[in-house]
Amino acid sequence: MTLDLARWQFALTSINHFFFVPVTIGLAFLTALLQTSWYRRGKPEYLRLTRFFGTLLVINVAVGVVTGLVQEFEFGMNWSAYSRLVGDIFGAPLAMEGLVAFFLESTFLGLWIFGWDRLSRRVHLLSIWLVALGTLLSAAFIMAANSWMQHPVGYAIDKATGRPRLDDIWAVLTNPVFGWGYLHVILASLVTASGVMLAVSAWQLRKVRSANRENGEHGEHGEIFGLSLKLSLIVLVPAMVLALFVGSELGVVEARYQPMKIAAAEAQWATCQPCSFSLFQIGGGNNDHTPTQVIQIPHLLSLLATNSWNGKVIGLSPLQAQYANKYGPGTYVPNVFVQYWSMRVMAYTATLVFLLGLWGLWLMWRKRFAASRWFLLAATWAVILPFGMNTAGWLLTESGRQPWIVQGIQLTRDGVSPSVGLTDVVISLVAFGLLYTALGVVDVVLMMRYSRREIAPAPAAVDPQARVPSMLY
Amino acid sequence: MTLVSFWFLLIAVVWTGFFVLEGFDFGVGMLHAVVGRDEPGRRAAINTIGPLWDGNEVWLIVAGAAMFAAFPGWYATMFSGFYLALVLLLGALMVRGASFEYRGKRDGATWRRTWSALMTAGSAAVPVLIGVALGDLLHGLPVNAAHEYTGSFLTLLQPYGILAGVTFLAICVTHGATFLALKTSGGLRARALALARRSAPVTALAVLAFALWTHAIAGKGLLINPVEIIAVLAVLAGAWLVRADLEAWAFAATTLAMATAVLSIFSELYPKVMVSSTNSAYSLTIHNSAAGSYSLKVMTVVAAIFLPVVLAYTAWTYYVFRRRLSDKDFQVQHTAH
Repeated sequence: MTLDLARWQFALTSINHFFFVPVTIGLAFLTALLQTSWYRRGKPEYLRLTRFFGTLLVINVAVGVVTGLVQEFEFGMNWSAYSRLVGDIFGAPLAMEGLVAFFLESTFLGLWIFGWDRLSRRVHLLSIWLVALGTLLSAAFIMAANSWMQHPVGYAIDKATGRPRLDDIWAVLTNPVFGWGYLHVILASLVTASGVMLAVSAWQLRKVRSANRENGEHGEHGEIFGLSLKLSLIVLVPAMVLALFVGSELGVVEARYQPMKIAAAEAQWATCQPCSFSLFQIGGGNNDHTPTQVIQIPHLLSLLATNSWNGKVIGLSPLQAQYANKYGPGTYVPNVFVQYWSMRVMAYTATLVFLLGLWGLWLMWRKRFAASRWFLLAATWAVILPFGMNTAGWLLTESGRQPWIVQGIQLTRDGVSPSVGLTDVVISLVAFGLLYTALGVVDVVLMMRYSRREIAPAPAAVDPQARVPSMLY
Repeated sequence: MTLVSFWFLLIAVVWTGFFVLEGFDFGVGMLHAVVGRDEPGRRAAINTIGPLWDGNEVWLIVAGAAMFAAFPGWYATMFSGFYLALVLLLGALMVRGASFEYRGKRDGATWRRTWSALMTAGSAAVPVLIGVALGDLLHGLPVNAAHEYTGSFLTLLQPYGILAGVTFLAICVTHGATFLALKTSGGLRARALALARRSAPVTALAVLAFALWTHAIAGKGLLINPVEIIAVLAVLAGAWLVRADLEAWAFAATTLAMATAVLSIFSELYPKVMVSSTNSAYSLTIHNSAAGSYSLKVMTVVAAIFLPVVLAYTAWTYYVFRRRLSDKDFQVQHTAH
């Protein structure tokens, strides 16, 4: 029970944290792009967009930072046996993340917000790029740590203590799961943030459209959000295509090192060759080995898992026998229902985002998106898709590692803190639940308010060389 | 110096950096509604730490992560043992962090009052909680042979730990007041100095009691620990300097007092990292809780390269935002951005 609640707490706080993280990573990059456009071309529209979306970035970063703090503490609080066992390896990237990435990100974000009138334009532009770099580095370190849990490399078991000890940091940083997983996360972040920018721009354009319909004129701020809409589409579509490609490569790597994860994602109990992929299934789960799989696409699972037309995928039942033989009696099959459906939710939401992006590009090419009511409406509501996609992706990868906390080294149930009782976890779960809900509500309310706000006029409209005033608390 | 000793020192330095830097913004968080009589004054006070507090808080993250990496055993025992206290700490840090970002994002009086109250409470709670925790490390807690904490939440409330918590709170108030005096002008500066004049003597008493008790607990007899002496002298100097309206020197004095108060605990702790009150043989030490030497070497290289870089751009940031703020800067513009 304590174990289950500790797992729920970690899952809920992590999922919540990852609502904010991809927006920060992607929006820092997009804001930097907008500011670069202003710096190079001097058009005030880009300055106004920079400050508009920069404000959304700042609101979002606040929650990302405080929820990240909880993540950092939770390893020791709830998973002390895990921390004691693998801190030697897992702790190092976390410490490097703080020293190399967090300082950079938060210091230069402070300089960017408050430094508009204190720094030269060049140094101020550099600040936002360093913020973007900080977010990229931070993701790199935490993904290196996570990838080690999926596929442990670069260690040897210490004979005296029985604990894994780092003996090759290079192996940890070149872990194939890390390489593909990192790219996948960064691309998904770009998709998420450009999805947010697309939705906000579309909402603003719809507002202009209805205002124009009433008084029969062209609003000036309609054009301005047309610029950000274009930028978001230009980033979104290639990022989505690459994310799909990288994701399938990641699947091949995971099929090699964590075959259970991939077999469970297709609810494949028996070994198959070639293997088909079902669009959906009725029934299924760890106790139902014969679900009704509907619309099977031949060879697709073989392609996804092995990159070959006739690739073999070993089923869950033989894998279970193999694991029990190697690690002793026990159940080594992850939650098949979660695996199967998180795989599909991720793939289907990604496909919808991709199709929406194509629609947008086509309208952009025909120079008609500002007039397409249906596209603007769909683009506004589609903002929830990337968040569903990200959550499903993390469920797929983390739930698929179960019952291991570190694949092949420690079981999740052995990683939990022995000194933390049920009451403790109940209290913390309730406390974090209330805090996260309150912060989440405030964040969403503020994000919506600031997204729907009329964009501020260019501060330096009169004198292009004048200093731009700082954003302040 | 061995690698494990070096990492103990480095962690002590990071905790010191955290308290010195975030210490004044805890003080500003607690005092902003007192020093700032009206909305422009409060905003001026908050904006003195606006560009700085987030970077300052990273010192805490790095302190925790460095303990995790260099002394996994210490991190595991301490963070699971202090479970509910850390839930409180995280709650306080969350509302405090959110309060800075969100307070100015809407104009309503209730909205601002609420976030101001949360900012004050959160800024007060964090140094108390961490102070109690660090004090407990030295005082000793029930820890068994397997290095697991066996006490409850109430066991964490040791008298010495509470005194350490109160002392850190007091230093943060005075440190924040001298910082505000240094970073503001006009009425704000005058009120910050007046506050510092009142809080400094109380802080001096607390630091004196803390230094004596720390020395007594460490049980090293009459052997003088210079760090503890400096802490007392520095806080006395701070009290005298604010009387003379020398806020820059007073801020230097409270910085030194804060640093030496933190280092008092760590210097008495060494080579232990967490004392067991159950049996001193069960205490966690730098040796029985440390990571392997390869891991420590890798991190030493990373720290040697990046710590100087971090210090350089942090110092530059303080230089960029060196100008004093006044409530007049916030008279016209009521909405942020």
